[in-house]
Amino acid sequence: MMSGIVKNIVLGNRYFDSLKLMRISGKIAEVQGVKKGAVVMATDLNKQILRDVGLFTAVLEEAKPDHLVVAVSLEDESYLDPVLKFIEAELEREATRSQGVGQMNPKTLESAFEALPGANLALISVPGTYAKREALRALKQGLHVFLFSDNVSLDEEIELKQFAEKNGLLVMGPGCGTAIINGIGLAFANVLKEGPVGIVAAAGTGLQEVSSLISNAGVGISHGFGTGGRDLSDKIGGITARQALHILEKDPKTKVIVLISKPPGPHTAQKLSGTLAGMNKPVVLNFIGLSSSIEKSDNVFVTKTLEDAALRAVCLIRGEEFKERVFAKEAGNVLKIAEREYNRFDEKQQYVRGLYSGGTVCSEATLILAELLPSVTSNMPPRAELKMKDAKVSAGHALIDLGDEEFTVGRAHPMIDPFVRKQRLIQEAKDPETAVILLDMVLGYGSNEDMAGALLSTIEEAKSLRQKSGGYLSVVASVVGTFEDPQGREEQIKKLTDGGVVVMPSNAQAARMAAVIVSRGRAKIA
Amino acid sequence: MDKEMELITKPMKVINIGIDSFLESLKIQGVEVVHVDWRPPAEGDSKLIEILDKLEFL
Repeated sequence: MMSGIVKNIVLGNRYFDSLKLMRISGKIAEVQGVKKGAVVMATDLNKQILRDVGLFTAVLEEAKPDHLVVAVSLEDESYLDPVLKFIEAELEREATRSQGVGQMNPKTLESAFEALPGANLALISVPGTYAKREALRALKQGLHVFLFSDNVSLDEEIELKQFAEKNGLLVMGPGCGTAIINGIGLAFANVLKEGPVGIVAAAGTGLQEVSSLISNAGVGISHGFGTGGRDLSDKIGGITARQALHILEKDPKTKVIVLISKPPGPHTAQKLSGTLAGMNKPVVLNFIGLSSSIEKSDNVFVTKTLEDAALRAVCLIRGEEFKERVFAKEAGNVLKIAEREYNRFDEKQQYVRGLYSGGTVCSEATLILAELLPSVTSNMPPRAELKMKDAKVSAGHALIDLGDEEFTVGRAHPMIDPFVRKQRLIQEAKDPETAVILLDMVLGYGSNEDMAGALLSTIEEAKSLRQKSGGYLSVVASVVGTFEDPQGREEQIKKLTDGGVVVMPSNAQAARMAAVIVSRGRAKIA
Repeated sequence: MDKEMELITKPMKVINIGIDSFLESLKIQGVEVVHVDWRPPAEGDSKLIEILDKLEFL
């Protein structure tokens, strides 16, 4: 499939963190003569990934996990020197950048603990192979753990969480992207108003969407605990979720609690039902649109969408009556806006293509569309029967979580790096059956500093491609984030709107709008 | 006293191990944080790491 040559160069015993290497890897393909490439630490996992993408040669067999290696596919050998020079310059730049972090940083957790007496939380983002080791060391020092690393096995997760629970500590994670404690955001978090709603979430962008909507409604967040996606499975039994619920129940600032997760395992659901029924504060539940056997009670409210979970919490705080929201008033005249979009379609344009950076919002949109349209699929389906045949090529209505490993090899997550989404946008625009592109823009600390700006030129190109072949490409988006975020919610919305994008107030509303447009106004929205 | 509650009752002080860009946003928010210059232990040799850990925790 691939012509040209593959070259592997071992740059020796030099360590760079994955985010830095992804930043560099993301730029390699822009160097002349390079088809694709990556700079990685030669861990077993990375070697396997290089094998899978055809960038592995025998040179790498002997490379050790602390060896930095370059893997490139080139048009011919003459391009090797320039690309290596480029990489060296980038590595130097990244190294200089970190010097600002402080020249005398401790080398181990134990010495860091001495340097910061009273430290109470470890934020761990080392490669998965080493994550459990570092997390356990932190717990043994009496630190709570925020475990950003993924590729941590279920057995390791159980061991860490059981140890933590015995010692009155929390393990948020693995694969935890967001937490908010006393208004302070960890990793990918939004700038939120402080207030009376506490959140427990086994779903990263779920926490971001709900906390942002609550904050934007003028109510605020006390704390938001991420638990890691598997916490409520029966294997883990919801250890972190139960600890977090306990904290929120006892916290005098918290008046209402929201719990967001995929449906818990049956045993965990049963245990959780008991816990929830006995709680002295109202609890709003959201299972990303799926059902669960958790029993409702006077104090437990199940909501279908992330937006309704946020709204329900706001109503409970304000003592207002709650009504499920389909479209918000500020969305304007939905049918009119939709009509303006679909009137320009040609007859071949039939399908929605969702290009998502956030996993939870992608799942939610998939379920909303599946209720309104026939044959909706996704690469990360919330229900098994919605599985997409080939994530690389869309057919029918398809929603793609571009944060899935398949798309992120050697690159930063699509919340940071727009490259993969830009490529896919053009691919979808070239498909004559594509009618609507559905997007999420996730703001906050850690995310791209201007995702709307980064995507606009591609959206314009995609729209004009479609126009040239007749028809019209409709683009619908929602922005996950707050007015106070570094990127600014309003600025991002304005950029998108000026670029001809229909921007909706929530992910759920964006999905419904896409359904109304693609069905030429026929989708049955309640 | 409930030890878990200390997570929200004590001021947050963070040890950051791994990606250093998480430091910036914590500093902006006024959090005390120390960054660890982390490297794979024992040249990433998993058997050697296991032996080291056993010695350390004896």
